[in-house]
Amino acid sequence: MTQEAPPPPEETQDERPAWLERIAPSNVDWTTLVVIPLLAVFSALVIGAVIIVLTDGFGAVLPAYSALFRGAFVGWNSISETLLVATPLILAGLSVAVGFQAGLFNIGAEGQMTIGGLTAVIVGFSFEGLPWLVHLPLAVFAGFLGGALWGFIPGVLRAKTGAHEVITTIMLNFIAFRTLDYMLKLPFIQKEGRFDPVSEDVLASARFPRILDWLPVENASRLRLHLGFLVALAVAWLIYWLLYRSTIGFQFRSVGANPSAARYGGIGVATVIIAVMTLAGGLSGMAGANETLGVVGRGVPGFTAQIGFDAIALALLGRSHPGGVVLSAILFGALRAGGRAMQAQSDVGIDLIVVIQALIIVFIAAPELIKAIYRVEGGEKQGQVTRGWST
Amino acid sequence: MTIESGEILGLLGENGAGKTTLMNILYGLYSADEGEIVIDGQVRHFADPGDAIDAGIGMVHQHFMLVPVFSVTENVVLGVEPTKQPVGTIDMKEARREVEEISRQYGLLVDPEAIAEDLPVGLQQRVEIIKVLFRDAEIIVFDEPTAVLTPQEVVEFFKIVNGLKESGKGIIFITHKLGEVLDVADRIAVLRRGKVVGEADPKTATKEELAELMVGRPVDLVVDKATAQPGEVVLSVRELLVRDERQHTAVDHVSFEVRSGEIVGIAGVQGNGQTELVEALTGFVDPLGGHVELNGVDVTLATPRAMHEASVAHIPEDRQVMGLILAFDVAENLVLDSYYAEPYSHGVRMDWDYAHRHADELIEQYDIRTPSSRTNVGNLSGGNQQKLIVAREFARETKLIIASQPTRGIDVGSIEYIHGRIVEERDDGAAVLIVSSELDEILALADRILVMYRGKIVAEVPGHEATPSQLGLYMAGSVA
Repeated sequence: MTQEAPPPPEETQDERPAWLERIAPSNVDWTTLVVIPLLAVFSALVIGAVIIVLTDGFGAVLPAYSALFRGAFVGWNSISETLLVATPLILAGLSVAVGFQAGLFNIGAEGQMTIGGLTAVIVGFSFEGLPWLVHLPLAVFAGFLGGALWGFIPGVLRAKTGAHEVITTIMLNFIAFRTLDYMLKLPFIQKEGRFDPVSEDVLASARFPRILDWLPVENASRLRLHLGFLVALAVAWLIYWLLYRSTIGFQFRSVGANPSAARYGGIGVATVIIAVMTLAGGLSGMAGANETLGVVGRGVPGFTAQIGFDAIALALLGRSHPGGVVLSAILFGALRAGGRAMQAQSDVGIDLIVVIQALIIVFIAAPELIKAIYRVEGGEKQGQVTRGWST
Repeated sequence: MTIESGEILGLLGENGAGKTTLMNILYGLYSADEGEIVIDGQVRHFADPGDAIDAGIGMVHQHFMLVPVFSVTENVVLGVEPTKQPVGTIDMKEARREVEEISRQYGLLVDPEAIAEDLPVGLQQRVEIIKVLFRDAEIIVFDEPTAVLTPQEVVEFFKIVNGLKESGKGIIFITHKLGEVLDVADRIAVLRRGKVVGEADPKTATKEELAELMVGRPVDLVVDKATAQPGEVVLSVRELLVRDERQHTAVDHVSFEVRSGEIVGIAGVQGNGQTELVEALTGFVDPLGGHVELNGVDVTLATPRAMHEASVAHIPEDRQVMGLILAFDVAENLVLDSYYAEPYSHGVRMDWDYAHRHADELIEQYDIRTPSSRTNVGNLSGGNQQKLIVAREFARETKLIIASQPTRGIDVGSIEYIHGRIVEERDDGAAVLIVSSELDEILALADRILVMYRGKIVAEVPGHEATPSQLGLYMAGSVA
C-alpha cells in the first residue's frame, strides 16, 4: 500500500556542453518554436499547389514552383533580390517582435516606416558636402528618430491613459500616410520642377552603397543588394543581445510575460511600455530609411509597400525571436523575389504569394490544426501570441 | 472506488494527487484513457458535462460559477429554463416556484430574488447547491467546499450536507483538510499520485494516520518552535487607510506593530482587506492615509523596489500571478527582484552564468525539485514553485518578512519545510508578518494573532491562548 515515491529526475544539465546549451537551450519548447513554423510553411506551399491545380491544372504546379525557387535562390541576381527584399522586413519584423516580447501589439510599423523614411530622406538631401561615413549614419539615425517618435506616442498613450496600442497605432498609420503626402508637396521637400508628390533625390553620400557589384560575374552592376542588409543583421544581433543578455531586455520580457510579477520585481511597467514602443518605432523607422536611402532614393507616396504589415506576419512566424525574424524575413523575401520570377515565367500570378503568406499565418495561429494533421506531440496548447484587449 | 446513495465519501489527497482530475472525468470535462464509470449498474460514458448532468451527477466547484448580476433564480435556471408555450419565453414565475420548493425541501434558505454578487460566500454556495439539485442530481461532488467559508459557515454547511445525505443523495466531498473529513464523512478514500492508496473509517482513524496515508510517510503536524524573543519594533503601521480598485475602503485605519524575532499572524476570511493591506505594506499601492515605518524610517509611499532594498522579503498571495513568471526558467525567477544589481548584472549586461550558478546553489539549499536551473517554472509543482519564492526572498538579508498565504495549495511536505524556514528566520531576528486564511496555519506559526474583519483589526490574541472557535467568532465579525 505504501509505495516508495519515484526518485526525483536526475540532473541532466551537466551532460550538455555549455556551447550547445547556449545555442540550443534545453528549456525551449522546440515544437512550438521550430517544428510548427516549418510545418506551417510546408502546409501553405501544399495548399498553394492545390490552388494552382484548381486554376491552371496539374501541369502548372512544377513549372511555377520551380520558377519560384530559381527566382529566389539560384544565381547571384536571385540571391541579391531575395536579401534586398528581406532587409526592410528584418528591421520592421524586429520592431513588431520587440513589441510582442513586451506584450505589446505594434500594428504601427507601416506608419513608423513612413515617418522614418521621410525624416531620413530630408536629412539625406539636405546636407551637401558631408563625407559618406558621416552622412549615411546621420540619415539612418534621423530615420530611427522619426519612427521612434511615431512609436513613442502610442507608448505614452498606453502607459499613461491605458489607450490600447492596437487602436492608436492603426490610427497613427493613417496620420503618417497623409502626413507623407502633405510633406512631399512642401516646397523645401518637393523635387524642383515636379508637381506630383516626389521629394528631392537623396544625395549619393547618404545612399546605402551596393555590396555585391564587385563580384566577377556577368551583370554584377545589376546586383542591388546594399549595405542596409548587413546593418539589419547587425541590428538583429543587437536586439538579440538586448532581449536576452541585458537587464533592459529582462525587464521587457518580464513585462510581456507577466506584468504583475514584473511590478513585484520592482520593474516600472509604464516606463518599459514607453521604451519598448519607442524602440519598436525606431526600428521600423530604420526599415523606412532603408527603403528611401537604399532602394527608392527619394520619398514617394506609399514607398512602404505593405512591408510594415508583412512584418507582423513574419514576427509571428519567427516567434518574436531575432533569429527567427531574420530567417522568416529571408523566407518572405524569397517568396517575393521568387514570386516575381514565377509571374514572369509561368501562368501563375504573384498574388499566389500573398495567399501563401496568409496561409502560413493561419497555420501559425492554429497550432492545434498543424499538430492534428502531422500528429505532432507537445508544444503549447494555445496559439495566442499576445495578450488580450483588456489590461 | 464506489459511492452509494445516502452516503458521504470523503476524498482526501494532496494537491496534485489527482482528486480534481478524477472529478473532472466524472463530470465529463476530461475523458478517461482507461476504465469505466458505472451508475446504477450501467456503464456510462460522458463526452461533456451535459451527459454527466443527465446521468445525475452534480458538481459544486471550488470557485463558484454564478453570473454576478443575475438573481438567484436566474442563476439556478440558467441553461435549463422552464418555458411558456407557445413561443418558449422563460417562465420566471414557475422558475421561482421551483427554486423556493427546493430551497424549502432541503433547508437551503436563500432569497430567490437576491442578486448573486450581493450574497455572502456561504449563501452563494447554497445557490450552487440549489443549482445542482434543480438539475435532479443524485450524486453531488463538492470540490474543496470549505476553502472560502468561516468556521461558523462550515458548521452550517455540514448540516446542509448531512440533510442532503438523509434525503438519499450520494455525496463526494473533496478536501485536503483532515479534520473536516473526520467530522463529516461516512467513509474516507485517500488518493496519492493518482491512486487510491487506502480507505479509512472516520470513526477509528486519526489525523496522523490520514496524513501519513496522504503523504506516504509520517508527518509532523505541529511546528516545532521555541517561545518568541521579541526585540525592537521593525514594522510600525499607524492608522493605515487603503482603498481598493473600486474605491471601497478596504483597510480601515489599521494600526499594529511587528517586532524582530516574532511572528504576527493576521487571520480572517478572504476578502476582508488582507490583500490590500499587504499591497500597501509592500509598496504596490499607495495608502490614502496613515503611516508605515520600517526600523523608524517612513516607508508609507515606498515602491516595491525600495522595500526590497530595505531588506523586506515578500511572499505574495498568488505565486502564479505575482510571485513568478511561469514562462521563465528557475534562474530567471530567482533573480526577478535583484536582476539589476551586482553580482547578477554588471551595468546593463546580465551575468546569466552567475545567475545559473547562484540558482544551482539555491536549488540545493532549499530543496527545490527541478530537473535543472533552466527548467521553466511553469513545469514545477506548486510546492516547488513556492519553495523557489522562499529561496529567492530568504537567501538575502531579511529584516521583515511579509508572507501572504505562504502555503496555499501546496503539498504537506513543502508546508512543513516552509513553516520550518519561517520559524528559522524569526529565530535569526527577522520580524515576520503572516497573512493567511488557513486558521491552522496561523495557529501553528503565530506568536501573536490579529483578526481582520471588514478592513479593521477586531481582535488581538496571544498565539498560545488562541482557539479555532474563538478566532472563528472574531472572523465572523462578532466582536467580543
